Amino acid sequence: MGDYPSRSVNATAGDLGVTPRHAQGAGYGNSPSNYNEPPLGGGGALPKKTRFSIETGFRGLSTAAGAMVLVIIVAIAVFLISKAVPALQANNASFLTELKWFPNDTEPVFGIAALAFGTVLSSIIALIVAVPIALSIALFLSHYAPRRLATPLGFVIDLLAAVPSVVFGLWGRDVFQQPVRDFSIWLNEYFGWIPLFGGEGPFGQSIMLGGLVLAIMVLPIVTSLSREVFQQTPGMNEEAALALGATRWEMIRTAVLPYGKPGVIAAVMLGLGRALGETIALALTLSIAFKINFNLIENGGNSIAANIANAFGEANETGRGALIASGLVLFVITLVVNMTARAIIYRRREFRDSAA
Amino acid sequence: MAKRIEASNVSSYYGSFKAIDSVSMTVEPKTITALIGPSGCGKSTFLRSINRMHEVLPGARIEGSLTIDDQNIYDPDVDVTAVRRMIGMVFQRPNPFPTMSIYENAVAGLKLNGVRKKSLLDEAAEKSLRSANLWDEVKDRLDRPGAGLSGGQQQRLCIARTIAVEPQVVLMDEPCSALDPISTLAIEDLMFKLKDRFTIIIVTHNMQQAARVSDKTGFFSIDKTGDPGRLIEYDDTQKIFSNPTQRKTEDYITGRFG
Repeated sequence: MGDYPSRSVNATAGDLGVTPRHAQGAGYGNSPSNYNEPPLGGGGALPKKTRFSIETGFRGLSTAAGAMVLVIIVAIAVFLISKAVPALQANNASFLTELKWFPNDTEPVFGIAALAFGTVLSSIIALIVAVPIALSIALFLSHYAPRRLATPLGFVIDLLAAVPSVVFGLWGRDVFQQPVRDFSIWLNEYFGWIPLFGGEGPFGQSIMLGGLVLAIMVLPIVTSLSREVFQQTPGMNEEAALALGATRWEMIRTAVLPYGKPGVIAAVMLGLGRALGETIALALTLSIAFKINFNLIENGGNSIAANIANAFGEANETGRGALIASGLVLFVITLVVNMTARAIIYRRREFRDSAA
Repeated sequence: MAKRIEASNVSSYYGSFKAIDSVSMTVEPKTITALIGPSGCGKSTFLRSINRMHEVLPGARIEGSLTIDDQNIYDPDVDVTAVRRMIGMVFQRPNPFPTMSIYENAVAGLKLNGVRKKSLLDEAAEKSLRSANLWDEVKDRLDRPGAGLSGGQQQRLCIARTIAVEPQVVLMDEPCSALDPISTLAIEDLMFKLKDRFTIIIVTHNMQQAARVSDKTGFFSIDKTGDPGRLIEYDDTQKIFSNPTQRKTEDYITGRFG
């Protein structure tokens, strides 16, 4: 997709590489090393092909590297499952539906339900907040801002992606919490009749704070990938829309957004992947509670990754197995999300491929 | 359903570079006008100035006056999107929207202008595809991707997309340069057909094509690279190709130039 400009660049480069050799004229022994050798194009008998060359060596190397990925994945899966299964067998409750998490007791009781719920809810909040903002920034950078402004601004966005998540976590807990608490109290006062914003308090260290911190963290990824995609829209399609009498926004809706859709979905999924797997920022901002609760603003919430970080230190054998089992669930959630995204992209592939 | 275009002393710039220098010509309604000349002589720039596509590039501007039936195209109060609806454009490389089907491509312009009613869209799609001589080839696969057609079919789809909004003038920027001779012939036949309804201005490098299809021909040229392009001669096609008044024109059409 969008390979038109780069293809033409390559074509030019290829031409330049070939021309000088042609220009020397054929049959004049123009080998660079020795004038007695036959010309590069041959002339004598056809030589045998080399049996062991850099070609075969590199081919073997890359095949081995590819095979290694599979081996590593299988090894990790075997390790995780072998640790998780004994803990699951020792569990005295249903792993999938139980809310409580007491795997270290002599009669272990633990379940993934509350954790999985918190993980998904915080990630959904993050995406709902971040994606519209990220797409607006990406469109601004690619189609509205003058280049002098777009380049430094894009750089700042990329810088934001490089901030370590523990910094976001600390900032969220120490600085961002107060404004979110004030906002939560305001929401509770005026919109308390909506269950999402109800409750008696205390507010602040809530799933909303965690979700908003996550939103700030996924914003740069989604923004810079979407910007790349939008910039790749073929100029001739943009011109076609403009020539039909489209305003700039109509041009974006007709040519840029449909063209960029698969890329934007991929960008959002990468952002979601980061949000789902995020550990330390949520461990620092949520006040832990093992409940399934749609209230966004009351203290509480938890996520699979944050729980692993919080509980691993004090866990015994069964406790560690239980945490590993929860990690497997996180892996399954991420996998389902990714496969859904691929399915969405795949469905319209015909339209995308024929465009290339 | 066709209007007169009048250009007087039009000069177009890219930043500080002057691409064409005071071009004046009048294009009568329901005629085909061909613009010929060597590469870089400004004929495409002039063409893009007519529907204000020139100014899409940063730093591009024009001087002089361009009118369509005595209305100033470059009047600051004029809505530029209305100009482009009135003066449609077909580009050098076929550029159907890759994410859209054949049907969606054909009605893209109508949808942009707020037409939502299915029956109107269906009717316009069929009419424009028929006008573009494409209907019989695609009527059974309107929901297939527009970019999956052959190059010549894609270009006719782009023509259908352009004429679906019923413009007054159709500009064509080397519409056949990426096509084989058979597809080229199909497009030329189409131009004759469209001449009854639209004013057509076509840029072409193919002099036989200019001689075959056009009523009037304008010859552009430059003295050397970096100089602005000028309109050297503008007259009936018959006259340009048989008895041009300018020496430069004669050199060019007989192949003794550039």
